[in-house]
Amino acid sequence: MRPLTEEETRVMFEKIAKYIGENLQLLVDRPDGTYCFRLHNDRVYYVSEKILKLAANISGDKLVSLGTCFGKFTKTHKFRLHITALDYLAPYAKYKVWIKPGAEQSFLYGNHVLKSGLGRITENTSQYQGVVVYSMADVPLVGSHSIIKTTRTLCLFET
Amino acid sequence: MGRKLDPTKEKRGPGRKARKQKGAETELAKFLPAGGDENSKRLSSRARKRAAKRRSGSAEAPEMKKSPGAKPLPGKLPKGAVQTPGKKEALSLFNVARGKKRPAPTHSSEEEEEEDSEGDGVVNQGDLWGSEDSDADMIDDYGADSNSEDEDEDDGEELLPIERAARKQKAQEAVAGGQWSEEETDEEEEEEQASAGSGPREDEESEGGLQINVEEEEPFVLPPAGEMEQDAQAPDLQRVHKRIQDIVGVLRDFGTQREEGRSRSEYLQRLRKDLATYYSYGDFLLGKLMDLFPLSELVEFLEANEVPRPITLRTNTLKTRRRDLAQALINRGVNLDPLGKWSKTGLVVYDSSVPIGATPEYLAGHYMLQGASSMLPVMALAPQEHERILDMCCAPGGKTSYIAQLMKNTGVILANDANAERLKSVVGNLHRLGVTNAIISHHDGRQFPKVVGGFDRVLLDAPCSGTGIISKDPAVKTNKDEKDILRCAHLQKELLLSAIDSVNATSKTGGYLVYCTCSIMVEENEWVVDYALKKRNVRLVPTGLDFGQEGFTRFRERRFHPTLRSTRRFYPHTHNMDGFFIAKFKKFSNSIPQSQTGNSATSTPANPDLPNLNGQVTPKSESGSIPAKKTGQAKQRLQKQLHPKKSSSQKQNGISKGMDAELSAVSSVTKAQVSSKLQNSSQPAVTAAVARELKEAGKLKQQSPELQSSRKAAFRKQRAPRKAMDTDLPAALSLSKTQATPKPEDRDQLVGNTTGVEKVKQQVAEQPFKKAAFQKQNGTPKGPKTPTVSSCSSSRPPPAKRRKSQSRGGRQPPLTSVDG
Repeated sequence: MRPLTEEETRVMFEKIAKYIGENLQLLVDRPDGTYCFRLHNDRVYYVSEKILKLAANISGDKLVSLGTCFGKFTKTHKFRLHITALDYLAPYAKYKVWIKPGAEQSFLYGNHVLKSGLGRITENTSQYQGVVVYSMADVPLVGSHSIIKTTRTLCLFET
Repeated sequence: MGRKLDPTKEKRGPGRKARKQKGAETELAKFLPAGGDENSKRLSSRARKRAAKRRSGSAEAPEMKKSPGAKPLPGKLPKGAVQTPGKKEALSLFNVARGKKRPAPTHSSEEEEEEDSEGDGVVNQGDLWGSEDSDADMIDDYGADSNSEDEDEDDGEELLPIERAARKQKAQEAVAGGQWSEEETDEEEEEEQASAGSGPREDEESEGGLQINVEEEEPFVLPPAGEMEQDAQAPDLQRVHKRIQDIVGVLRDFGTQREEGRSRSEYLQRLRKDLATYYSYGDFLLGKLMDLFPLSELVEFLEANEVPRPITLRTNTLKTRRRDLAQALINRGVNLDPLGKWSKTGLVVYDSSVPIGATPEYLAGHYMLQGASSMLPVMALAPQEHERILDMCCAPGGKTSYIAQLMKNTGVILANDANAERLKSVVGNLHRLGVTNAIISHHDGRQFPKVVGGFDRVLLDAPCSGTGIISKDPAVKTNKDEKDILRCAHLQKELLLSAIDSVNATSKTGGYLVYCTCSIMVEENEWVVDYALKKRNVRLVPTGLDFGQEGFTRFRERRFHPTLRSTRRFYPHTHNMDGFFIAKFKKFSNSIPQSQTGNSATSTPANPDLPNLNGQVTPKSESGSIPAKKTGQAKQRLQKQLHPKKSSSQKQNGISKGMDAELSAVSSVTKAQVSSKLQNSSQPAVTAAVARELKEAGKLKQQSPELQSSRKAAFRKQRAPRKAMDTDLPAALSLSKTQATPKPEDRDQLVGNTTGVEKVKQQVAEQPFKKAAFQKQNGTPKGPKTPTVSSCSSSRPPPAKRRKSQSRGGRQPPLTSVDG
């Protein structure tokens, strides 16, 4: 377990910023303590410092996981965000998409969402913007995150 | 021709041959003088009855009538009177022949009982017999008279006329539905051939329960071959079931319903076999269950294990509320209810139109599928916020996540499991449920607290034999035997001691440990808990669960501590949840009690102690005498040249932490280095090392005399290879003094060794000397000490020398010199 290097940090933040923008700072400085990112076996974990202290006692080969796993670095050092990070990204997401109940199930089981399944969408969502998908009850859904058409395009289609 | 004229061969059945043969047999029977004796075993019950009747008169006539079915001598009681017109003629002759061969009175008693059973009217082989008899008689009612003759005597004693009549009537009714079967014929033959002993048993059963199933009774007396054969031929489960009920009925009121001459153990044995057959259990497990439960409960328990428990789930209060979740699930089409008053987060699912493990709420982590009994240990543990909790065997993570939600994601949870594949499920579940304060590790539980200790609370859901979750895994019925249970118990003891050592007794809010298993065996539950009570400074406290059965304070020949009443047992048949056992400990002192028998070689089971030796490192803050016993035993096993002297000296001096650390360091090091050679040679080194450490601790002075004396004693007792010392010396040097517990344990172990004791003692004696010397002089270990050592060693015989030479060269010279 080790802290992230500069390079890794940069890569990771870039990825996260796609979804939450500049709110990244909020992830680190939280009211209930300082959190930090640690790298272990190519996975990035988001832990509070209290937990970090205890986890330091466990040898690397025996440690499996700590706190929340945000994602992992691939062999070519690209950062892949995991679904387990959703809970932290959702509150700070800049662009959100709400889908209708009918399309919710389809989305959960891996299918794309058509425009007809779209309930709401934030304004000014540009194309290929990373979004967080919610159900109509404001529950972040686990699913893919990239939008194909922009908001403006969508509105045009609707009207 | 020859075979047909075999007079002893009875022909039964409706076939042509049966009818034909009868004539020949009958003819022959006239010539054979002792036909009765020879064929006595072949006599059908009817025949026997007839004979008895003839002898005794027709007192029992009514009775006989009632039980038309002929009963094979061995005791098979055909059910119900069977009068098949078709067979009548065929059997008549045969029966006549039989009748001539009246059996001895003993049979009559059997028959009588058989008759009773027949009267019950259960369709059975008896039908065949009944028909035969009736056919034979041809004249009278369905063989009742003849039967009654036979069974007169017994029946008369036990039944009132009205009862007999009732039985007869039942038998007749049964006959109406009876069918003849080949199997029955075969069985009858077998039965006939069986000794008479089997008869009484069945009779008694039938009498007691007013039920048929006569056949079952014989197994006892039947030779095993006959029994197995019968069973192998597709045992009729219905019959077996009936028999089970009969036996239980008889045993419930054994005094009055027993059969004479049959002991309770025979009944029990029969019941055991039947239960094993009916419910597909292995014999060992069934025996254990019979010890645990009274018979009525036993059947209920077995029945409950055939049926799965209801599906329950636990709301994840980190993400939702139970009310909201219930609403959401009901909208999806799930039929559910709150689990009970005792749970605020549990829901029980009656049925569901959607897969309950794949709903969006599940994927979002709003609930977890968890057995009701698995929620109980966490409720008993009652974790508070901002605590440090250890979950030693956490997979698949249900209890861990429950702990986290009770703590509201504050504090820290260390979730550990020894199984790497199952850890993946823990990771997945904890992430899904939004647990952020967990660290997941992959240690053997016995390595705690060496890895990290000082937890406020610990939950140990120990791996067990799984006898409480048979409904989930029916393979447990057959694949568990004595060895498995004992192995599990051993592992559980080790884990429990490690867990106890990981708890910080001085914690402000905690100091509790919950031990739970999903097993109902006493060896894995009460015995383990009792063991821990003896070995550590813990006491049992109420679990906080107000329902559930109390644990046993005594079981068969074992006696447990009375506080075991505060533990709780749960059964599938009484609480409708998986079998479970929960015990809650409070640790009141961080010190580890040193066993008094540190010097004794033989004491202590040692198994549980091993973990202590191996890895427990009590924090320095914890002072403690090391359990001498434990060390002793562990050492023995390891065959390390541990230092019995150390332990003894420790005990005498009141071991300080430092000392302990040193010693344990030494011992652990020595252990590490032990090889076969080392064992031989390490003794002296060990002793030297011990001595050195002791000195360093500052207590050497006090101890050295003791050591010396002990050493001398050791020397006197035995010669230990000096070489060990050599090996130990370097080890000792390199040891850090931070290890506490293992050393004393090692010492104790040494003490404990019978065979090794001698060696050990020698080693110990030598080691301290050597070590001290070594430390001081950095390479001239033997200097000052050698004289003492040599003095000690002089008492030792030569072999040590030899071994020494084998050990490392460096120190050898001094050693050899020491050895003298």
